[in-house]
Amino acid sequence: MTAFDRKLPSPDRPLFQVQGLSKYYGSRIGCADVSFDLYPGEVLGIVGESGSGKSTLLSCLAGHMAPDTGRVIFDTAEGPRDTVTMGEAERRRLARTDWAYVHQNPRDGLRMGVSAGGNVGERLMAVGARHYGNIRDKANDWLGRVEIAADRIDDRPRAFSGGMQQRLQIARNLVTGPRLVFMDEPTGGLDVSVQARLLDLLRGLVREMGLSAIIVTHDLAVVRLLADRLMVMKGGHVVEQGLTDQVLDDPQHAYTQLLVSSVLQV
Amino acid sequence: MTAQDYNFAYLDEQTKRMIRRAILKGVAVPGYQVPFASREMPMPYGWGTGGVQVTAACLTPDDTLKVIDQGADDTTNAVSIRKFFQRTAAVAVTEATAEATIIQTRHRIPEAALTEGQILVYQVPIPEPLRFLEPRETETRKMHELEEYGLMHVKLYEDIARHGHIATAYAYPVKVEGRYVMDPSPIPRFDNPKLSDCPAIQLFGAGREQRIYALPPYTRVVSLDFEDHPFEASKAPHDCDLCGASDSYLDEVITDDEGGRMFVCSDTDFCRGRVAAGHIGRLGAPDLAQEAAE
Repeated sequence: MTAFDRKLPSPDRPLFQVQGLSKYYGSRIGCADVSFDLYPGEVLGIVGESGSGKSTLLSCLAGHMAPDTGRVIFDTAEGPRDTVTMGEAERRRLARTDWAYVHQNPRDGLRMGVSAGGNVGERLMAVGARHYGNIRDKANDWLGRVEIAADRIDDRPRAFSGGMQQRLQIARNLVTGPRLVFMDEPTGGLDVSVQARLLDLLRGLVREMGLSAIIVTHDLAVVRLLADRLMVMKGGHVVEQGLTDQVLDDPQHAYTQLLVSSVLQV
Repeated sequence: MTAQDYNFAYLDEQTKRMIRRAILKGVAVPGYQVPFASREMPMPYGWGTGGVQVTAACLTPDDTLKVIDQGADDTTNAVSIRKFFQRTAAVAVTEATAEATIIQTRHRIPEAALTEGQILVYQVPIPEPLRFLEPRETETRKMHELEEYGLMHVKLYEDIARHGHIATAYAYPVKVEGRYVMDPSPIPRFDNPKLSDCPAIQLFGAGREQRIYALPPYTRVVSLDFEDHPFEASKAPHDCDLCGASDSYLDEVITDDEGGRMFVCSDTDFCRGRVAAGHIGRLGAPDLAQEAAE
């Protein structure tokens, strides 16, 4: 596990620590005994087949679901705190300031009846912005950064293409300058050329803002491009983890070998 | 069955007791929507079943009741509710705002200043201000609990983005004592400033939605807005054509099919009072005595 000892240029304290996290659905395993540390500026990819517990894990990490055991410690402004035991009000405040969550389906993450500008502005207003001009300027700025034309600011998301909706969702999430972004299959359901542009954009934003991110996907190309480290899950357990290139180029676990060899080469 | 067979004010005592408990809780937590076991009333939902239940729970035999609908004492809704309580409670009724101890209202606050000791009962169709913004009721309750009201401003943002100004003209959201965001029922935003620091008790009843909420006397109520788009109480830029009042909320009345129109006070009692005091508007006051003589 040399990957975990990698020294990063940023502060030496982990931003996000997960210790012994388990979630059971009755007698079935959702995910079991997951532990990892995430340092500031680091991107962690979680891959695995359908039903391997990726989404369960992400929901537990983001506080959408309560894990049965384990600790999820986030380095808040007041020092490291266990987000599982903190009050709901505090956890939700965290979720709209320091955290962001990008859903696979933009319809889940956007308000479809509200204009693009309103969607981007919602998080700003949720943390107390009360100046219309400033909110609008910031929305305009962010739409530009995710390559949505300025004249679309008053259009509703349902008038947008799938790729634009996904970019809008990303803008809406990053506008308050979060430190940790959870992404659930951010490129799922998009065609390959749109995927490539979205990945390019995401990579730029992550580097530029120094974001930490946890990306759940079944697309190995996505993690190859974005992730520093990789965790491979199967049946609710983490079967292999390490540096992305190391895991993908020299897979040790039988399942990882199968996964890597299943990718179609064009 | 005669009217005497009904209990005082139609509802049985246990029901009134239950409603009074909800009202007391509402008064104790201003702006908080208190659930209550709303009863079937002998009128359709949307006609003021919530307001009628609150009024019934507050009425005593000594009360004087006034009922208004959009400011008017003589529209169907007002007349039928007034008759309902005359029959079932035999209370005194009035059209004069100052003489009433309980005023049940739909969509207006009377122009005349209310006083201590008066109760203003609103009929509320939709008590949840976040209703059309967040579809899940479990979530809106959570948002009230945690004071997450950013979404309310998204609505106002959308107004400005689309119309250039805050176009919400009625049911304009307010914040009560810096805590709960409340739907003031569909009163015009012209009336919003009257909600704040009012000497009378204001009670809100939503029958279909089974919610009661309240503003105790002298509660601070602030209309939500943006720093660069402040709240503005608005009305038609005219004077009343009957009484000449420039500071009252006006109804527009179409008088013919050639574009003819007149603006009159929506508060009929206020308008009548001004006419009786000798104020005359653009179209003059109809002289009732002379009309009767002709």
